[in-house]
Amino acid sequence: MKLELRFFASLREGLGLSGESIITPSEVKTIADLRVHLMERGNPWAEVLASNKVIRCALNQEMVKDSTSLVEGAEVAFFPPVTGG
Amino acid sequence: MQNDFVRIQEADFDLTTEIKALRMDDPRVGAVVNFVGTVRDMNDGSQVKGMTLEHYPGMTEKALEDIIAQARSRWDIYKTLVIHRVGPLLPKDQIVLVAVTSAHRGEAFAACEFIMDYLKTAAPFWKKEDAPEGARWVDARVTDDAAKVRWEQKS
Repeated sequence: MKLELRFFASLREGLGLSGESIITPSEVKTIADLRVHLMERGNPWAEVLASNKVIRCALNQEMVKDSTSLVEGAEVAFFPPVTGG
Repeated sequence: MQNDFVRIQEADFDLTTEIKALRMDDPRVGAVVNFVGTVRDMNDGSQVKGMTLEHYPGMTEKALEDIIAQARSRWDIYKTLVIHRVGPLLPKDQIVLVAVTSAHRGEAFAACEFIMDYLKTAAPFWKKEDAPEGARWVDARVTDDAAKVRWEQKS
């Protein structure tokens, strides 16, 4: 599946990357699967996306849960809990 | 006619000008409530020299429009305005403005507080502070989540 990844704030800095286009293998079906798939790249991915870190995710610019299914061509963003206002 | 205004900008804003524009000489308006958030010089026991606000262009606007739509479904309000600044800010600077007009104060107070509480937990902004120890990303507060949950229990 083709996806457009985006990273913000501390995640962007930790990965040294604000976004990338990727093709995921067929077994990557949900947000949680994608997170694990990226962690398998090793550091800094494994460290920045570690399961004990609270990370929010947006699918096509809407906040979603880890169990949400990915869709072809989607924009998927990972970021820390928001701190505006 | 446009009733909801969302602006993300680096520039400062003038409260008087914004409120005047929002009221539009509409004689139905009996209440104008606004909240202005500003940069404190202390956070978590550290002196804050300044901060930088990052956001997610595109999603930020959508998230705020969705929050305003939720407020509209709960209260009878006329106009809403949300201005949120991004980029570098200094202590005492204005960060955010939420303003609501309605016929009566109860609706305007509630809608303004609701929009602000939801903005704090659902709009994709992140603060990075410059402290004496170095730059650090601000952690989300549990009290902000609690403020949002309060509204969910009321519905």
